[in-house]
Amino acid sequence: MKLKLKIWRQRNSSDKGKFVDYAVDQVNPEMSMLECLDVLNETLIERGEEPVAFEHDCREGICGSCGFMINGVAHGPERATTVCQLTMRHFKDGQELVLEPWRARSFPAIKDLVVDRRSFDRIIEAGGYVSVSTGNAPDGNTIPIGKDVADHAMDAAACIGCGACVAACPNASSALFTGAKISHLGRLPQGQIEQDQRALNMVAQMNIEGFGNCTNIGECTAACPKEIPLEVIATMNRDYRRASRKSHKNHVRSVRPMTEWSNGSKLDIDPHATS
Amino acid sequence: MTLDARIPSGSIDKAWEKTLFDMKLVNPANKRKHTILVIGSGLAGASAAASLGELGYNVRCFCFQDSPRRAHSIAAQGGINAAKNYQNDGDSVYRLFYDTVKGGDFRSREANVYRLAENSVKIIDQCVAQGVPFAREYGGSLANRSFGGALVSRTFYARGQTGQQLLLGAYQALERQIRAGKIKMFPRTEILDIIVIDGQARGLVTRNLITGDLSVHMGDAVVMATGGYGNVYYLSTNAKGSNATAIWRAYKRGALFANPCYTQIHPTCIPVSGDYQSKLTLMSESLRNDGRIWVPKAKGDKRPPNQIPPEDRDYYLERRYPAFGNLVPRDVASRNAKNVCDEGRGVGETGLGVYLDFKDAISRLGEQTIRERYGNLFDMYQRITDEDPYKVPMRIYPAIHYTMGGLWVDYYLQSTIPGLFVAGEANFSDHGANRLGASALMQGLSDGYFIIPYTVGDYLAKAKPGKVDESHPAVREAVVAVQQNIDRLLSIKGKRTVDSFHRELGKIVWEYCGMSRTAQGLEKAIGEIRALREEFWQNVTVPGSGKDLNQSLEKAGRVADFFELAELMCIDARHRNESCGGHFREEYQTAEGEAQRDDEHFSYVAAWGYTGPDSAPALNKEPLEFEYVHPSQRSYK
Amino acid sequence: MSASAIDLQQHAPNFWQSTNGKKIVMAVTGCILFLFLIGHLLGNLLVFAGPERFNSYAEFLHFDGTLLWIARSILIIAVVLHIIATVQLAIRNKKARPVGYSRKKAINSSYASRTMYWSGPIVLAFVIFHLLEFTAGTIHPGTVFIPGDVYHNVVTGFQVWWVSAWYIFALVLLGMHLRHGLWSMFQSFGVPHSLPRERANKRLALVVAVVLIAGYISIPISVLTGLLK
Ligand SMILES: Cc1cc2nc3c(=O)[nH]c(=O)nc-3n(C[C@H](O)[C@H](O)[C@H](O)COP(=O)(O)OP(=O)(O)OC[C@H]3O[C@@H](n4cnc5c(N)ncnc54)[C@H](O)[C@@H]3O)c2cc1C
Ligand code: HEM
Ligand code: HEM
Ligand code: SF4
Ligand code: F3S
Ligand code: FES
Repeated sequence: MKLKLKIWRQRNSSDKGKFVDYAVDQVNPEMSMLECLDVLNETLIERGEEPVAFEHDCREGICGSCGFMINGVAHGPERATTVCQLTMRHFKDGQELVLEPWRARSFPAIKDLVVDRRSFDRIIEAGGYVSVSTGNAPDGNTIPIGKDVADHAMDAAACIGCGACVAACPNASSALFTGAKISHLGRLPQGQIEQDQRALNMVAQMNIEGFGNCTNIGECTAACPKEIPLEVIATMNRDYRRASRKSHKNHVRSVRPMTEWSNGSKLDIDPHATS
Repeated sequence: MTLDARIPSGSIDKAWEKTLFDMKLVNPANKRKHTILVIGSGLAGASAAASLGELGYNVRCFCFQDSPRRAHSIAAQGGINAAKNYQNDGDSVYRLFYDTVKGGDFRSREANVYRLAENSVKIIDQCVAQGVPFAREYGGSLANRSFGGALVSRTFYARGQTGQQLLLGAYQALERQIRAGKIKMFPRTEILDIIVIDGQARGLVTRNLITGDLSVHMGDAVVMATGGYGNVYYLSTNAKGSNATAIWRAYKRGALFANPCYTQIHPTCIPVSGDYQSKLTLMSESLRNDGRIWVPKAKGDKRPPNQIPPEDRDYYLERRYPAFGNLVPRDVASRNAKNVCDEGRGVGETGLGVYLDFKDAISRLGEQTIRERYGNLFDMYQRITDEDPYKVPMRIYPAIHYTMGGLWVDYYLQSTIPGLFVAGEANFSDHGANRLGASALMQGLSDGYFIIPYTVGDYLAKAKPGKVDESHPAVREAVVAVQQNIDRLLSIKGKRTVDSFHRELGKIVWEYCGMSRTAQGLEKAIGEIRALREEFWQNVTVPGSGKDLNQSLEKAGRVADFFELAELMCIDARHRNESCGGHFREEYQTAEGEAQRDDEHFSYVAAWGYTGPDSAPALNKEPLEFEYVHPSQRSYK
Repeated sequence: MSASAIDLQQHAPNFWQSTNGKKIVMAVTGCILFLFLIGHLLGNLLVFAGPERFNSYAEFLHFDGTLLWIARSILIIAVVLHIIATVQLAIRNKKARPVGYSRKKAINSSYASRTMYWSGPIVLAFVIFHLLEFTAGTIHPGTVFIPGDVYHNVVTGFQVWWVSAWYIFALVLLGMHLRHGLWSMFQSFGVPHSLPRERANKRLALVVAVVLIAGYISIPISVLTGLLK
């Protein structure tokens, strides 16, 4: 089958960027959206043009690398499916697909369909963990955990950190992502000890990163490839409310969002100097 | 060179304990004065970095993805083994040790494997404490499933996302140390060379994938946890970014490469559907618990599976291996699938596939139970193939999945370059010629949480690496070499894309160094690989510049290394005149077509050393002694 | 893109500065306003009981000035907080996506949820008009405003067709505001629901909103149809 691709091309974060039309002719209904881009890129490279940059790694819907808007929907029309698993049989022959990167101030553009999602790592860094150092753990069966509790925690733990929730949210809010981690850990006895700290710190970081505010619109959960439910947002708000009442403000710390790319030591060798 | 594996003397069950005591410790006050460079944020890398950070060392951690959480470990589905014996079915540390040595077809190092089995128990405890939501029984205790190559039920799992949950646990521990200021994380950073000064590993040359800037990181020790090299085959179950660059550059700097030809073919993957195919999708082996594998008895029987009556079906694994049935180890299952397809009894369009049938399991346990156990795998299968596995049997075919070979390490996980430690799939350590299911996650975490943190300390305390900085000529030399390599790739401006070369390379290696191998086939392969490599350096085209995000350039560098590694794999496979585990040489098989080992001549680790661009690699042998599990013809009948 | 592109709060945001804190305030104030609406409706329905009952009810409302003002100030504070939060969050959300999408498709959200920032302000405008008409009496098209004779004021007020039309329009928007608001309230306040419960609650919110608004609209309608005169 044939497809018209209208793809956002942007050289780098300072470039303005624009849409460019491409026609892809040998599209096989069995191939994935990313394989379709592979085919396009091969032809571009052979023509000496720069291929379309897009993020991907596992191509199994689990690493969370991939993702972009297809005709205004994050990860495309199929529910519970990342673009790497979206097969072309879901589109009609001759259809036009508009591919656009996630757009949010907290996801600065890098190139074409690639954006910088390090703000997510900083939200986890703020408290998305159980503070247990290697070695000091009791036997795994010491604390029994009901099957329903474990399953409930797993539902929230399934988040792959892809960013589709932010992309789909009219307010560019990261409530679903943050709520998912808070819920995952908060539902398990091991995580409950730090529940207050976690809520305060992660919410603080999420705010400092400049994400929008959740007005409970619900686009996020529909775009989420792991179908994380809105319940996790309520859980986050509950934990935050409880924690604020107890007021641990003095403990709340948050890190500076950084958008430049540090290379560690700056190199004072001229690599081009022939040795 | 003589290889000293530093295996502790004395009885094996005390060996690790004794070693721990013999190790020198670093004064807590001095720990923060040491910088340790950890390459990789997978299970092995993240767990090592986090644990080292907790101990107080200064850690710098690198990964090429945009976040450490995306490391390829995330894709592991089935589960992780541990000798907990929660099921009271007679499991024990010793049995896990035994199964792993036997599963590895007696080509692994007993002492390492025993330590792995010991640590397995602590891993589960650690992960539970981190909040990993393992599957539970209604009573609240941890649940288990069985896995290939074992008769006990010792595999812990979190739905079909075990690797994801374990990695997120390690990732969260890593982030906690980043917050504590003990770890500095460098995502989107690729290691392009390691810097060796006075024979010790002291630094890295890195390229920032966004800005293209090269930079140098100096440290007192380097931990390499960069994963496997299955992507040599182009089509594999590995993530697209998985690569051999870091270990290959280490090899060229003097680290030995052990058993490169030991690669694992996974029996249950979704068959190839076309030549645009970019990777292969694994269907977790755990499916073999409840799924029955069969093909039609008659050649070219093209009836739809549901219309083929039982008497016309050949459940070949159950027939040939009554004891283990569908749960035989991976190499055996894969080879049998290949054989029935070669006989022309394969199913599906291409004839390269066999059925994995859940009909009986569903009627026995009910659809709900099956959905609970494998729901997300079934969904994934349906998403890709558009077939409903609850109704029609799955079609599966073997695919390259794991590489047992890797950089040679001693009992302390140190390579032949002092100060260069190797963890996880990147080293060759524990799986011999074949890995049992659910033991790679175990090994990665054992290395990272419970071995590296001690052995690195021991090295620092004994070797006392002195101060070095960027002014050293070795640093300059490395940086210039890296830059020249990049410039060269960009300047060729030929006609063919990197992927087209990679695909062709993959076909060669799969054909001649895949599921079964022959001496002349490997000979042929080596010739073809060299020719193709020649063409690559004449005719590849890499658009764009080295000054920004350039994914073609990244690929080109990796494929260039795959060419050289592929050749070494074939050389190793050609030299090993026996069949063992994943390495099946058609010349060496029993009457029933089982792998025929030659313990008299090949009971050793083949560790290859780099001798220069155009000279043959040097073979070093580490003899393997088996005091506890005595080599026997593996039988799963 | 440099770090300065994000306006940094050096210290962590406190309850009011955090989006979640503001949302909790909105939920609480929204709830207060909702409760008022119920009470107010019940009172207003007395209009069907005839001039005497209705006027005496209004009188009763006014019999104690301090109590009245306490009630009023609670309402005023609620509305003010509700609005301040709204405006601040709205500004924040605009900033959160500086570059918009060329096309964006909604796949899971109600029209009401996406138009809260319209329905709200229109309701505000309505309330102001409403106060001027019935409480202050400064604008009272149709006939003269008779302080105390609330029944007269209401009925004559609604006999002017466009007044009724404007009421009905505003009330429908208020209904939409509540349709989303009433559910959203629980979410923001932090009352986790399983998915089925969530769906049930959304339906409940819809029903409550419809009933409430129907109740209100019944008054102008009955006046226009001459039921009330
Ligand atoms: C589909 C699939 C399913 C699997 N299921 C199971 C299972 O059920 N049970 C089991 O036990 N095992 C399983 N395995 C095997 C197991 O997942 C891997 O062996 C294991 O995760 C390897 O972990 P690692 O930490 O060694 O490497 P990885 O997880 O691959 O991590 C490699 C890290 O190194 C970094 N890196 C690599 N090269 C460079 C470079 N040049 N510069 C900078 N950084 C670099 C990467 O960014 C990454 O962070 C599975 C494997 C696959 C492919
Ligand atoms: C009778 C008057 C009003 C009532 C009963 C009311 C009720 C509510 C309720 C219950 C919510 C849900 C709060 C939450 O999601 O936590 C809400 C949200 C909202 N209100 Fe009102 N409100 C009223 C007036 C107003 C006014 C005058 C404005 C604007 C000037 C306004 C703007 C909003 C906005 C924008 C939201 C959505 C924001 C969000 O959900 O986070 N409302 N309202
Ligand atoms: C058909 C619908 C309505 C009718 C007939 C009505 C009628 C009245 C009347 C007669 C008064 C004056 C009471 C007095 O001064 O004694 C009043 C006051 C008021 N109304 Fe309404 N009302 C209606 C709808 C609403 C709505 C939808 C709101 C809010 C969104 C509202 C908010 C108020 C407020 C705030 C006051 C002032 C109360 C006070 O005196 O403090 N009304 N209304
Ligand atoms: S919540 Fe869903 S959409 Fe958001 S990051 Fe996680 S997986 Fe992606
Ligand atoms: S779409 Fe946005 S508004 Fe909230 S419910 Fe989802 S984050
Ligand atoms: S590439 Fe990993 S989720 Fe799509």
